[in-house]
Amino acid sequence: MLFKLSFKNMQKSIKDYAIYFLTLVLGVAIFYMFNSLDSQQAMLQVSQSQKEIIKLMISMLGMISVFVAIILGLLIVYANNFLINRRKKEFGIYMTLGMGKRQISKIILLETIFVGIISLAVGLIIGIFASQFMSIIVAKMFEANMNEFKFVFSRDACIKTCIYFGVMYIAVMFFNTMTVSRYKLINLLNAVKKNEEIKMRNPIISILVFFISASILGYAYWKVTADIRSMDKAVKLLPPILMGIGGTLGIFWSLSGFILRIVQIMKNIYLKGTNMFVLRQINNKINTTVISMSVICLMLFMTITILSSSLALRNTLERGLVEMTPVDINLYKTANLPESYINRFGNKVTYSKEQQEDSRITVEETLVNNGLDMKVLKDVIEIPIYATNELTLEKFFGSEIENIKRLYAMMNYSTPEEIVKISDYNKIAKLYGIEQYELNDDEYIVICNFDNIASLRNQVLSIGENIFTIAEKQYKSKYNECKNGFIEISTNHTNTGIILVPDSCALTEESKEKSFLVANYNAKTDKEIEKVEEIFSSDNSELLKRLSDKGLNITGISKISIMEASVGLATIVTFIAIYLGIIFLIASAAILALKQLTESSDNKQRYEILRKIGCDEKMINKALFRQIGIFFGIPLILAIIHSIFGIQFVLEMLSGLAEKKDLLPSIIATVIVMGIIYGAYFLATYFGSKNIIKEE
Amino acid sequence: MEKILQVKNIEKYYGSKSNLTKAIDNISFDVNKGEFVGIMGASGSGKTTLLNTISTIDKVTSGHIIINEEDITKLKGNKLNRFRREELGFIFQDFNLLDTLTAYENIAIALTIQKVSSSEIDGKVNAIAEKLGIKEILKKYPYQVSGGQKQRIASARAIITNPKLVLADEPTGALDSKSARQLLENFEFLNQKLQATILMVTHDAFTASYANRILFIKDGKIFNELIKGNDTRKQFFEKIIEVQTLLGGDLNDVI
Repeated sequence: MLFKLSFKNMQKSIKDYAIYFLTLVLGVAIFYMFNSLDSQQAMLQVSQSQKEIIKLMISMLGMISVFVAIILGLLIVYANNFLINRRKKEFGIYMTLGMGKRQISKIILLETIFVGIISLAVGLIIGIFASQFMSIIVAKMFEANMNEFKFVFSRDACIKTCIYFGVMYIAVMFFNTMTVSRYKLINLLNAVKKNEEIKMRNPIISILVFFISASILGYAYWKVTADIRSMDKAVKLLPPILMGIGGTLGIFWSLSGFILRIVQIMKNIYLKGTNMFVLRQINNKINTTVISMSVICLMLFMTITILSSSLALRNTLERGLVEMTPVDINLYKTANLPESYINRFGNKVTYSKEQQEDSRITVEETLVNNGLDMKVLKDVIEIPIYATNELTLEKFFGSEIENIKRLYAMMNYSTPEEIVKISDYNKIAKLYGIEQYELNDDEYIVICNFDNIASLRNQVLSIGENIFTIAEKQYKSKYNECKNGFIEISTNHTNTGIILVPDSCALTEESKEKSFLVANYNAKTDKEIEKVEEIFSSDNSELLKRLSDKGLNITGISKISIMEASVGLATIVTFIAIYLGIIFLIASAAILALKQLTESSDNKQRYEILRKIGCDEKMINKALFRQIGIFFGIPLILAIIHSIFGIQFVLEMLSGLAEKKDLLPSIIATVIVMGIIYGAYFLATYFGSKNIIKEE
Repeated sequence: MEKILQVKNIEKYYGSKSNLTKAIDNISFDVNKGEFVGIMGASGSGKTTLLNTISTIDKVTSGHIIINEEDITKLKGNKLNRFRREELGFIFQDFNLLDTLTAYENIAIALTIQKVSSSEIDGKVNAIAEKLGIKEILKKYPYQVSGGQKQRIASARAIITNPKLVLADEPTGALDSKSARQLLENFEFLNQKLQATILMVTHDAFTASYANRILFIKDGKIFNELIKGNDTRKQFFEKIIEVQTLLGGDLNDVI
């Protein structure tokens, strides 16, 4: 009997449950997809070092899944509570018919099990199919080739999903039983009639709070963007974050009163059609939903910021990679090692005779001496990089140094600049396929591609008085700005500055700082390339063993290692961002939708009155559309404003890793994803509400 | 006398052929401008159905209803909505005020949905509130005022649009006797001072005694008609009770 009753109830309230069910299914599907990543086909076909990255990613996703499960769990408990409260009258009738609370709990229990099992099953099926599709995207991200398509099912992910959601449903049952045990029959029967007292806020206080909150937000925005330099410790981020949360709460607390007051003054808008009604509807409800609106707004803010900046990060990394890795390998070592020196921690560091001698020969000589067959390399160019105390950062910045120290207190300004002779640089530039430069005898050029540092250097260069002396000869800058270029291959624009001087510059052998070798691998097929790569990177490489036995140190950066590290990094960040972003988005959209739908019984009466006093269906639908539209719109708009500053902050923090010009495509992608999910919830809510207010 | 409402031979059937219920069985009557007409009958007599057909909420099976020279049985869709909005005023048993709106706004919304220009609204609302003695409570919400005041707000909303006909469905049904008396005096006021034409459905003899003319309905037909004429309200009330006795005791069992 109870079984039949609960099953009938489900059918009856299918409209109410639709959004709840949709959210559960989406939650299950996404949870499965991201937890099944490890067994996906693409993962089986990536290289060894990528496997390490994937391992890291899987373990990070695992941790994040716990967090996601908590969010989903809270969402489910919250949503369920809403639906139960909506059915108070039904339970009241059962109780007057002699049903005990225990039996009502049983009905709800059965319903929860029904909904749970069905949503889990449907969600898993969707998840399993969607993960096949995701596999293709993963393969593209890791640049693995997927020659054959194989259907993959992850048993582990499936079991994990079932356990996590099982626990959530048990929590829901527990909460439901608690809710039911607190019910009083009289309250249940009168649930529909209860006349909620409308809490009105003093308009003047509302306006005051609104402006105070807006100023707090403005200050927080300023703090994280224009004043970002003061954020040198993580702890200092806390005040702006708290201000952001407080400001958001304040805005929602006061917004509707504020808008109402403003519109009331504009009589021609206020006294037009159903405007007055719509505004009051919003004012009435937003007052009771300050906290949930704020939570939704902040979740949307995180979604937008996380999605946009992570996608921008990925785009920048990928574009940077192609540009910044024109050769297969860079090898360099420190030149002119002294017998000993005192490092900056005050410890004495000594070098052996062998180390000192080795530092005075070229990289190539060292390699050959230790048994490398130079035939594995081609296009070999080796240049010296100089440094002299006559030209340090401090000297370069000259009179501007105080200003710059204020901005970047942590930089070591007594470090000598790296100096390269123009013909040496041009040799490398020619191989890299980047711009070559010419110099007169008394000129120098600064090449730099790290945007923040470049703009600092430009400040100095634009004054045009920056002259320095090496070996009693004066040099002035050829250009009044830094030029683009680099020597060391890397993931992105990280060259903080190299000074190019004429070949005639009297740099002594003793001022040689580094020997720097660039080369391509003399290999054609992927297999051959990997073999050469192993000589310089594998743990079993004989060359590396010999060098380390002698205490010799050659630093190497290969294109492959850069690629893998950065593709891996980008992919981890992107995956986690998409995972979290979508979960936040679903959670906030679902809360909004459920709130609207469950309050539709109040709305129903009100819209019925409108109908009775002569509103036609068109006017009513328009009013409903605007009401729901504004409800979905307000948190989104504030979230977008937050994000404008949030994204700038993230870009600044990731300086160099993600660039502004990569933002547009990622913002477009974010808008599409958000538009689809948020829009779908909005439409579902609108049509659901429309049905409810139409019901007889 | 100008005829505001003409009801001509209307019938309303419910159910299928095998189980036919005649809710209204060939009713005809007229209402003149400025009249205050009461319709009485027991529950199930068809009086609410009659009111619903006149108020365009329900459709007749046959016959014609002409309000202000327009046959409303022939109107459809948006025209019908507009007609309802512009020509009719409603006063409901449970007030039907919007709880989120102030008294002022509850009255004004009747005008705003008719697209009356916003500059006229303020004056009109204040004028009607003054006449009905609710000026002081215009800024209050429905939950802050008494039942009688709510009913007056609802009355103000019903007549602010200058409807040709005000329809009232059991207006005193939800009121205590003091508020009911106040409301009915209000109706008298609307009728005599503001020349509103009112058609009121009730089952309560006391309420009905405020009307000028009463139609008694039984089993979907007009059973009797009473005209107040020069009687005092007390005399009229006694006449009503007489007819009710004639109709059968069931009338008083309703509450």
